[in-house]
Amino acid sequence: MTLSQLRASACRRLPEGGARILLAFALLGVLLLAVLTANVFTGSAEIPFGRALRILFLSDRSNEVYRNILLRIRIPRALAALLLGGALALSGYLLQTFFHNPIAGPFVLGVSSGAKLIVALVMIFVIGQRHAVSSAVMILAAFAGSMTTLGIVLAISRRIRRMSLLVVCGVMIGYICSAVTDFAVTFADNSDIVNLHNWSMGTFSGTTGDNVLVMALVVTPAVICTFLLSKPISAYRLGEGYAKSMGVNVRRLRLWLILLSGLLAACVTAFAGPVSFVGIAVPHIIRVIFRTSRPIVMIPACFLGGSIFCMLCDMAARTAFAPTEMSISTVTAIFGAPVVIAVLIRGRRGEF
Amino acid sequence: MTLIGPNGSGKSTILRTICGHLRAHAGTVMIEGRNDSALTPNERARKMAVLLTDRLRPDRMTCREVVETGRYPYTGRFGLLSETDRRAVEEAVGLVEMRDFADRDFTEVSDGQRQRVMLARAICQEPRVLILDEPTSFLDVYHKIAFLEILRRLTREKKPAVLMSMHELDMAEKISDYVMCVREGEIFRSGRPEEIFRPEVICELFGLSRELYAAYFSK
Repeated sequence: MTLSQLRASACRRLPEGGARILLAFALLGVLLLAVLTANVFTGSAEIPFGRALRILFLSDRSNEVYRNILLRIRIPRALAALLLGGALALSGYLLQTFFHNPIAGPFVLGVSSGAKLIVALVMIFVIGQRHAVSSAVMILAAFAGSMTTLGIVLAISRRIRRMSLLVVCGVMIGYICSAVTDFAVTFADNSDIVNLHNWSMGTFSGTTGDNVLVMALVVTPAVICTFLLSKPISAYRLGEGYAKSMGVNVRRLRLWLILLSGLLAACVTAFAGPVSFVGIAVPHIIRVIFRTSRPIVMIPACFLGGSIFCMLCDMAARTAFAPTEMSISTVTAIFGAPVVIAVLIRGRRGEF
Repeated sequence: MTLIGPNGSGKSTILRTICGHLRAHAGTVMIEGRNDSALTPNERARKMAVLLTDRLRPDRMTCREVVETGRYPYTGRFGLLSETDRRAVEEAVGLVEMRDFADRDFTEVSDGQRQRVMLARAICQEPRVLILDEPTSFLDVYHKIAFLEILRRLTREKKPAVLMSMHELDMAEKISDYVMCVREGEIFRSGRPEEIFRPEVICELFGLSRELYAAYFSK
């Protein structure tokens, strides 16, 4: 038996095509609910399970502390991880599509760090003036930052053909932005900057219900727009020449891809700081599970996968060494980076 | 109709201008008697399909999925295939004889098979004009001939206009109804194969001396 026959027979044991996709979606759905539940019911404060249920579903007001922990802390935080994780994975998927590069993502291309830099500068400036920064301003600042870095990365991508070099450039841009951010944070002498420092490491802690509402208002339309683009993205998989010959307005599609991926990454950075490796790793895990690259499947699946991945990582970040919290990027890197290495080693696309 | 000429003479540029990837500096492209700028991108895609020299490396797409992308101009908002679309895909798959490897990953099949997949993709776009840029260049003799035979059958059955560029003069002579010679960005000569494939025309077109031509082409 040859190797390919062997592989084919190994594949046959699992359902293929439509059945596999349905099964995988069902699996993701169940996982999402399970992880969401786990996130709400675990934490450094031990809340009895029955009591938690009563608080959630029967609006039990007997213990205000528990109630606040559940409704004001854990649920917003879990929902933030859900929305932002999905946004990040989708942003990564769009960037991978745009650059035809399997190792592209908002973090490695420096987009997250660029957004972080502008947000940090705006925060320092505004905190110096009047002590409060609205969510909208944060998102706008992050969007300006992500678009600027994407612009630079695009300019570089015109000059170099090798995809691995583009990623190296992106990583360098990320380091420069981080260095400038650290510099600004170090010398901005203000007690509020402590928060800024925490945020710049990346965390979902401190999310409020209002934050979640704003996130949902930004992420939901962006996800819907992305889903509506699944047909042209599907054609774009064959490259620009063929996409054009099928009647796709390639320039407009590329503009949309950049705007949407930048907006999604910016929203994540504005609320949770830079979060590494989700954008790059999740689309790959999803491709392996679903064994397809059809955008109409990939777009919702990446979102679900990113949500699950981020909620799991956030749970690990806050419970592994409780009450000390790790930064979210520490955890996502531990689980995400090996995936990227695996992709590089398989390297069946021979682009590196 | 076949374009022949030296490397860098402008064959690809002409083809790419016709299919709208490059803007024409002068002149207009007419498709079925209509100026192409009057067509929407979708109308144009229904009239014209291409096979380019781009080396594709799509991620996780089976050969059939690649063919299915040819139905793009006919599908709705989300690109889902209707029964008609599936029939067109299957017909194209049968025409290029790729049933055996239709469900294999596109990156795992041979160059010859890949080229047939790309032809099937163009066929199921149901074009009136088919543009092929050096479709046979990377293939061995067997696959070159197999490809051209499929093309011959296609033109007999569906009667699209086929416009392609080729470097294989012997084959171009056999398959073409009309030949256009491109040299240094200009149309140097055009005519029926028997008018073009003569030693003096070919020697001048490619800058060959008569001795070299005789050494390599005479029987």
